[in-house]
Formats: sequence, C-alpha cells, structure tokens
Amino acid sequence: MNNKLIYCLMFCLTAFFLPLYAEALDNSTTDDIPKYVTTKPEFTEGLFPCSSCHASMEPNRQRRELGFHTEIQLNHAQKQRWCLDCHDSSNRDMLKLANGDLVSFETSYNLCGQCHGNVFRDWKTGIHGKRVGYWNGDKTYYLCVNCHSPHSPRFKAVKPMPEPAKPQDVNKVQSTSLVEVGGTKLSIPQYKGRIK
Amino acid sequence: MTILRFSKDLFKHITTGKRAYFIWLGVLAVVMLNALISYINQLTHGLIVTNMRDQVSWGFYIANFTFLVGVAAAAVILVIPSYVYHFKPIKEIVLFGEMVAVTAVLMCLLFVVVDLGKPLASWHLFVTPNFPSSILMWDVIVLNGYLILNSLAVIYVLYCAANGREYKMYIMWPLVLISIPWAFSIHTVTAFLYNGLSSRPFWNASIIAPRFIASAMCSGPALMILVFQIARKVSDIEVNDKAIFKIAELIAYAMGVNLFLYGAEIFKEFYSMSIHVAPLEYMFHGLKGHTLLVPFTWTALVFNLIAFVVLLSPGLRNRFLYLNIACVLVFIGVYIEKGMGFVIPGFVPDTLGEIYDYLPSYTEISVSAGIWAFGAFFYTLLLKTAIPIYKGELSFLSHNMRRNLKESH
Amino acid sequence: MNRRGFLKSAALGVGGILLPAKDSDASVWEAFFQKHFREMNDKEKKDVVARLEIEYMQKYKKRITVKSTPALPNVLYGYGLDLSRCIGCRRCVYACVTENNQSRKPQIHYITVLQFKQGEKWVSDLEEAKKYYNAEEVPEAGHFYMPVQCQQCERPPCVKVCPTQATWKEPDGIVVVDYNWCIGCRYCMAACPYGARKFNWGEPEIPLDEINTETHYLGNRPRLRGAVEKCTFCVQRVRENPGRYPACVEICPVGARKFGNLLDPNSEIRTLIETKRVFRLKEELNTQPKFYYFFSL
Repeated sequence: MNNKLIYCLMFCLTAFFLPLYAEALDNSTTDDIPKYVTTKPEFTEGLFPCSSCHASMEPNRQRRELGFHTEIQLNHAQKQRWCLDCHDSSNRDMLKLANGDLVSFETSYNLCGQCHGNVFRDWKTGIHGKRVGYWNGDKTYYLCVNCHSPHSPRFKAVKPMPEPAKPQDVNKVQSTSLVEVGGTKLSIPQYKGRIK
Repeated sequence: MTILRFSKDLFKHITTGKRAYFIWLGVLAVVMLNALISYINQLTHGLIVTNMRDQVSWGFYIANFTFLVGVAAAAVILVIPSYVYHFKPIKEIVLFGEMVAVTAVLMCLLFVVVDLGKPLASWHLFVTPNFPSSILMWDVIVLNGYLILNSLAVIYVLYCAANGREYKMYIMWPLVLISIPWAFSIHTVTAFLYNGLSSRPFWNASIIAPRFIASAMCSGPALMILVFQIARKVSDIEVNDKAIFKIAELIAYAMGVNLFLYGAEIFKEFYSMSIHVAPLEYMFHGLKGHTLLVPFTWTALVFNLIAFVVLLSPGLRNRFLYLNIACVLVFIGVYIEKGMGFVIPGFVPDTLGEIYDYLPSYTEISVSAGIWAFGAFFYTLLLKTAIPIYKGELSFLSHNMRRNLKESH
Repeated sequence: MNRRGFLKSAALGVGGILLPAKDSDASVWEAFFQKHFREMNDKEKKDVVARLEIEYMQKYKKRITVKSTPALPNVLYGYGLDLSRCIGCRRCVYACVTENNQSRKPQIHYITVLQFKQGEKWVSDLEEAKKYYNAEEVPEAGHFYMPVQCQQCERPPCVKVCPTQATWKEPDGIVVVDYNWCIGCRYCMAACPYGARKFNWGEPEIPLDEINTETHYLGNRPRLRGAVEKCTFCVQRVRENPGRYPACVEICPVGARKFGNLLDPNSEIRTLIETKRVFRLKEELNTQPKFYYFFSL
C-alpha cells in the first residue's frame, strides 16, 4: 500500500515537473508520438500484470539463472545486462529507463530508444517499422516489440511464399487457395505436380 | 461495258494456266487455310497459345514483320537506278519490284494484326493516335502511306499499259520522288521502333537504322532475283540478264556495308565488355548455359559471308547457279539476322536479368506460314494480272483497236 | 476447344468469333464502341461503370463496385523500399495478387522479388538476380533481396510509346491503363525497363470466392484478355480521403515498404528521401521513378 502511494506521488511530481525539464531532455520522449495510435504490446497469456505475482515477492537483484520464465532466452546484449536493467525491480508493471524514470509497457519505445536512438528517430517519422491504416489519416504504428521480441530481437527466418511460375508454366497453376497471413487472406497458388 | 469485258478477260487469264500453276495455288491455299484455323484458335484462347510471355513479349510475328519491312523498302533499290539514271534493263522490271513492295507491306500489316492482343480494338489507333510521341504510330502511318504510294504507282503503270500507252513521266516522277525517301523512312522508322527503347541495350544502339537499311538492300533484291527468274520461266515475261546481274552487284555492296556495320557493333560490345554485352553473348556463345540462339546466329553470319564473297566476284555472280545459291544464302542469312536474331536478343536477358529461351509455337509457325503463303498467292495473282496487261494481251481496248495499234507500230 | 465448337467457329469464320451475334446483349456493342476513359464526361463514366457492374454481376455472381475516383489534389505518390530490411518472403507478391484481382491462371504477378548473393554485382542489368528461389527459410544467409514492381516513373517510357494513348500518367503520378482502350500491341512491355507491365496472354481466371469486390476502373477491376496491366499503387485504396496504404505496404512483415505524398514535406516518404541513402533503379535511363530504394542500416 505504502509503495503504491509513493509511486503515485512520484508520478504526479514527475508529470508536474516534466514540462520544465523538457528543454533539457535530449531525446524528447512521449511528446512527439500521440499523433499516431500505437498498437498494444502482446503479452503471454496470464502473465500480465506482473505485479499479481511479483507484488508479494521480495526483489532479488542478484544476476542469476531464472527458475521461472525459463522460456525467455535473453539474446539481446545479454553479456552487458539482464532483466532488471529494463524491468523495474520495485514495480514490475513498469519498465525502467537508464535514468531511473519509469515507463509503461505501452510506451516501451522510450526504453528501446535509449540505445537505438537512430532507429527510434526513424520510427517516429515513419521510416522504420511497420504501420497500417491511412497514408493521409490515422495510422497504427507497430511498437518495437510487436515485431522484435525484446529478449531476442532478431527476426526469425520465415518460409517464403511460392516462387512465381516460370514463363513456360504460367498456365500450369492447378489451383489457388486463401491462406491467412497476419489477418489478411492471401491467394496462394498450387502448382501442378507439387506436393503441398 | 469496257470494265465488264476487262473483268471477264482478267478472270479468264487468272483461271487458265498450267497444272503447276493450280497446284501451286492449291498448296498455298491449304497453308492459308491451316493458318486461318490456327488464328481462330489463337483468337479463341488468346496469345497464350504462342510461346511469347512477359519475358519475351514479341516473337516470331514481329520478327517476320521486321524482316518484311526490309523487303518492302528494297523496292527503292530498283526504282532509283531505273528512274533516276534511266538504266534501261532494270526499268522494265521496276513494276514487278513495286509489286513485291506492295505484297510485302500487306504481309507486314498482317503480321502486326495477328500479334495484337485485341485486334478488334485497333480502330482506337485512329481515334486517339499518340502522334508524334509513339514510333509505332509513325510506323502505322509510313507503312500505310508506302502501301498507298506503291499501289498507286503499280495501278497507274498497269492502267496506262491496259490503255495501250506509255505512262506519263510527270505523273510518275512525283510518285517516285516521294517513294524513294519514303522507302528509307519505313525502314528507318521500324528501326527507331526498337532503337528508341533505352530499356533494351541491344536495340538502343545508333547503328541499328543504317544496319536495317543495308540488310534490307540485301534481302529484298535477293528475293526479287529469285522471283524474277521463276517468273520468266513460268510466264513469257522478259527479264534481261543484265538487270539481274546489276541487282546482284548492288546486293554485294549492300552486304559489304551490312557486314561492316554488324562487325562494328560486335567489336564495340565484345571489346568494351560492358554489362550490355549479355545479349550478344547469348547470340554468339550462349549465356549461362542457354545456347538456343547460337546455331542461328552463326548460320546467318556464315551464310552472309559466303554470299558476300560470291556476289563480290563478277565471275561467280554472273553464273546463275552461284548467283542463286548466293541469293538463297542472303535471304536466309538476313531473315535470321533481322528476324529472330534481332528481336529475341532484345528480350534476352529481360530487364530483370531473366533468360527465357523462346522458340515459336506451332500456332505462331502455322499462322506465319499462312501469311507467307498469302504473300506468295497474292503476288502470283498480281503477276498473272500484270504480265498480260504489260504484254498487251489484257486491255481496256477492244480487239480491233489493239490490232490497229499493233499494225501502226 | 472441342471438335464441335471448333468446327462451328471454323464454319462461322473469323467474323463469327470476332463480332457479336445479332441476338447477343446490346452491351457487347456498347463495350465495343466505348470511348477512351479520359474522353468521357462524368455521365458517360457513370454509364460505363454501371454497365461494367452489371457485366461483372453476371460473370462473377457478386456485386462488384467499380469506382472512378479522380486524383486527389496536391498529391504525388511516392514509394520507399528498405533494402536493409526486406527478407524476400514474397508476402507482398500475393497480397498484391489478392487485392488487385490479378489472373491466377495464367499467372500474373506485379511484384518480382529478386535475390542476390552478397558481394556480387547486382543493380544495372540485374543479370545475377535469382527470381525463382525457393528456400525452406528466408532470408538465406549471404543473400539479400530486392522486390521490383512498377516504379511509377515521372518520365514513363511505356506512356511515351503507347500508340493509342491507352496508358497515361495521372495527376497524382500513377501510371494507369484503360484496359478497354489497350489494343494489346505490347510496345509498352518492350519499353519498360523494370518488367513492370504484364500482359493477359489468356483469359484471366480468378476463383469466385477470391475476388476483391472493391474496385477502381483504372485499377483492380476484372481484366480483359489481350490487354496489358500493371501496378497502380492500389489506386482503389490510396485515392480515398482518408486513403489506405497499398496492400503490399500493409502486408510487409518487416515494415520495409513506405508510402506517402511526395508533396507533403512531413510525410514519411519525404523524410526518407531527405535523410537516407536512396537510389532509384536504372537511374541512368532518366525515367525518374517515384519508387525509392533505400538503406536504413
């Protein structure tokens, strides 16, 4: 209870003083984002909010092999850091910036942007990352974590879709079928004499 | 009344002949009918029945078209010396040369039409012509203009002959004066059709138009030498040997220029060895294991070289056996060089580096054969009409008037 | 064609196939004498669209809407493609096919994804490109990918050569084709340096349940055999206000595809051109594409 009150107070104070510091901050944070609606981070089912378990646990700041969360293989500058460099040890529902500020999971790009400044800048202008919607209207910006797993950000290899038919075979498409990819149905060809 | 009698006489002339004449026409008719069936099939299913694809989007049809524009243009080679220099022996056969031009242009138009995806929409050409921007529009104009010019000349000369009088030079002169540059223009425009495309390095070479003209002056006259010999064998038309040898001499010079220009192109590509050498490699020694065009290219080159040597030496070209062999070699050589050997390497490799080995499909070959058969059929009938008119056997004049005319001579 | 059908058509001759029969629908004649799209007034456009919608209803048993939305003012579309990101998965190829109602058989693809070996020559004549790569997984080690589609040139050679003006550049920079006006001479295909133009060699076939019913006259409406077609930046999507991103942009799993208004200094495409190393394909040909390849890494 006490903790929560303190955090609440801290948050209010930060919110109050933040505009004063805005000039001083090199990388302005949330201010240039709200124009776009960002998507929600994807959480593993039943894991969030983290506090539902962690609130009653004493934070162990020791860097170690985890007994729980074994599915997480840290493959993201793992030699330099570990969980509590990004996850706040006291409030597990928030992320922690290098300067100690806390940010929500919805605005995790602020955390990523600390190291990946160039990419962060590109993402804000729309050059990096994926967005869908209207080119001259509302867009949905994918969060960094929508595409890159924060624990292992490199893209996984994927199976490519079928190669085009060779010129002599353009008429040898046996059939096509709709396959759902990321919420969109795509018409995929089946070539004669090839097993699916 | 005169027209009716003339038509009756003409019909009689066309429908009488030796057995070989009817067999010849019959064979051509069968080939044309077969082509018609193939073409109907192509209309029903679309151009998918050809082997053309997005990678090689023009093929055998356009190759034949390109070659035949050259044949059509070659009529000038006869017109120039006969009218301008009054070289008598050739003057007599100019008419038959112009008829070759008319026939060849008609075949060109047919080859373009069968290549169209939507031939029925071709009236759009006259509603929203993209002139002067599109060279294809230029080609439509110059080819049709050339057809009209030559048809007029042929009709006028025959009309005069049918009336038993010599044609008037003041009418022929303007026709000739326009048709000479016009003949150059049809082939230049056809060359520019390819030449202007920066997307295809093989075609985008300034030497293309001169090469086209030079090779046209080989293939067209070579065809005519062969046709004239056949014509004088099967009919009582007289073609002076001197005229034939003169044409043969002209082919030799034209082939010399053609080989020189071709060599210049080959040197430039293979010596500089830039990325644009790929189409020439595909032609001469194959590209990445694709050697489909190699035998054709070398055949064309060797044929042209042999023909050049034969035609250059007066001792050989003035003997009909060697002359005829040389003419056949020229015809085949230029047919390959200007047809498949020119159109296909423009598309191979394609703009994204893909190699598609194109050879015409059955449909393409049979339709093309049909158009050639049409040409032969049409020309045969033209000769069958023109020769008796020229000889005074077929005339607008009545029998009595003709006899009087003969006696007065 | 079966034997009987064949004999019948042979008997009727070419004319019998080419010209509509007396008892056939009057719309066949209307279609035949249809004007050039750019020469139609608004009423004529409406009539043509209405006729097409009826035709499509008969053919596909589905209500297919055909829009003829004109270009938005003060818009010039531009496209960016991040070569550092593309993994060659070909999602874009099939998103495009599905969105734009391309013929499934014979197969037509607007987008060609080229694979190159790292460290080998690639741009210019693209001779070392692999188009038919079919790996278990992409990206393959030691390779990179470059998708090619219509580059929407500012100086389009295809438009220059078209004998009937059946293809032209719209005020918003999109090069479009009036499929009804095209005569199928394929001169544009010879002229295009990017292999972007595709021809309907056969009767285009699309399964009824795969048809996209939201179409534009100059875009993804059902196509005609014997006519040329091409990428239109999804004209049916982008010309609305607000306008959706093209299908290939939205499907790209790595966000390598960027799209926007070149006349808007704050658009992502403008920012990209001004801040990244960009190049345009075959720039030496001076076609001035509005399709910018760039490197974010």
